[in-house]
Parts: sequence; structure tokens; C-alpha cells
Amino acid sequence: MFDLSGKNVLITGASGGIGGAIAKALHGAGATVALSGTRVEPLEALAAELGDRAHVLPCNLSDADAVNALPKQAADAMGSVDVLVNNAGITRDNIFMRMSDEEWSSVLEVNLTSTMRLCKGVIRGMMKSRWGRIVNISSIVGATGNPGQANYAASKAGMVGMSKSIAYEVASRGITVNCVAPGFITTAMTDKLNDEQKAGILSQVPAGRMGDAEEIAAAVLYLSSPEAAYVTGTTLHVNGGMAML
Amino acid sequence: MSDVADRVRKIVVEHLGVEEDKVTETASFIDDLGADSLDTVELVMAFEEEFGIEIPDDAAETIQTFGDAVKFINGAQ
Repeated sequence: MFDLSGKNVLITGASGGIGGAIAKALHGAGATVALSGTRVEPLEALAAELGDRAHVLPCNLSDADAVNALPKQAADAMGSVDVLVNNAGITRDNIFMRMSDEEWSSVLEVNLTSTMRLCKGVIRGMMKSRWGRIVNISSIVGATGNPGQANYAASKAGMVGMSKSIAYEVASRGITVNCVAPGFITTAMTDKLNDEQKAGILSQVPAGRMGDAEEIAAAVLYLSSPEAAYVTGTTLHVNGGMAML
Repeated sequence: MSDVADRVRKIVVEHLGVEEDKVTETASFIDDLGADSLDTVELVMAFEEEFGIEIPDDAAETIQTFGDAVKFINGAQ
């Protein structure tokens, strides 16, 4: 089940915990993967670990020209882009009343606008081949909100609305567009929380633990698979029951 | 000239599944030939491929009819 042999996948933020796990899961299912991210060394290390069928395509997602060029670089390296996973994301937390325009716009630019650009860049090829999968990594915060994260929450909620709209437009061409919304997952991003913050969060998670990156990757693998052809415009929440949406 | 028209007509017939004689000079892709807006994007993509040209978005929006397409492609070549 969930065989991605012959499929070419572009993953952003592949140098991070969740992105790396997604790359491993899709590669493990037979896909060829293009690993994108800002930090070259972890990308190279991941590619070396994966072995065959792995390409490294560094890209700074706050650079519009670089983002626009990425889908073509990926198609040149692999032959096509059949699956796009927009996983890269940044946070610039601050309470709303102190949030600067720069904190707002940098998060929107990287998390939402670059996702839009990459979707645009891959969709032409997907339309031609009458097959495509776009999986955008949103967040529980996009649905529930979170103090200190007005910018991040807006970007992640924006992703959901955008994904649904694109899903409508391209559904008849065999292309699906979905989101995966992680809850609290053990990564470098959540490692920054102190014990008190972590305990506070866990008290709200029915499962009583943080999630693993592999549990997000499994959701992405499903939505990328041929078996998920009839699932589009949806958001798959992977959050241990923290928000049952 | 007629070669371009024939090739454009062939693409339109294949893509939209319409009878060849319906594809007249003034036939509108959307109003007369049953295309939706995504079909028109795909037609433009097919024209670009067939003729090895680039059709920018603002130009693509002006291509409403079969005649528009032939005229644009003749001008671009």
C-alpha cells in the first residue's frame, strides 16, 4: 500500500525534523525526492542517508526569485514534480500589540506566499500529466489560534483557505490539494519550550504526549498516495486529540 | 497561415471534444465550444507547446476565440 515508485517529490524545509521525516517516508515508499531548505549541510546529510533517488536543492524561501526558480530546478533534476510538500515554516512570535510589520510580513512571506509561488510553479506540469498531489503543512494553531502567534496562525489558516480554493480549480485534472495540521510535535521548534510550557501543553493533549515527526510523515504519505485520489481540499489534523476538528 | 489554423483547430477539437465544423473564426472557446476557464488555460499551454512560443498571461486573456488564437500565434512566430 502507498507505493510512490516513479513519483517525483519536492519537499521544502527538508532540513527540519518534520521535513526530514516526510522525506524519509516518501523516499521509503519508492519516490524520488528533491530536498529543499536553507541549510545545505543537513540537506546533504539527509541525501547521503537516503542514497539513490535524492537531490539537494537549497532555496531561501524569503527570496521570491529563488522560490519561483525552484519548481523548474526540481523538474530538471527529477524529470517532473508529481508531489509537492510545502513544509517549510518560520515563527517570529510576539504578542500582537508589539508585533512589528516586519515580524508579520516575514512570516507571511515564507509560510504562505512562498507556498503559493511553489503551488503555481508545479501545477502546470501536474495539469499536463493529469496527476498531482500537493500537501501543505499547516498547523493546529491555524484552526485554534495561539497567543503570541497572530502572524504564524494567520499564515497557517491562510494556507488552508488557499489549498481549498486551488483544490476546487484542479480537482477535475486528477490533482489533489490538502493540508496536514500537526499539533505539538517533538522537533527543534518545540524543544525551545521550557518544561513548564510543555507540561501546560500536555495537559491539553488527550493522548498525553507530544507527537513524533514520523506521525506527520505518515499522514503526508497517505495524502500523496494514489489511494488518496478522492481526498481533496481537506485538512488532516494530527494532534493526539488536542483539537477534534 | 492556413497551416497554423489547421494545427490550432486540431488542438481545439482534441482538447474540447467538439466537431471540427464548430471551430469557426469567431467561435468563442467558452461561449460556443463549452470550455471552462481551466480549459482555456490548458489550450494556451497546448498552443505554447505546439508552436514553441511563450504566451504571457495578459496576452492569454485576450485569446477568446479560435480566430484570436490563430491571429496571436501568427503574430508571435
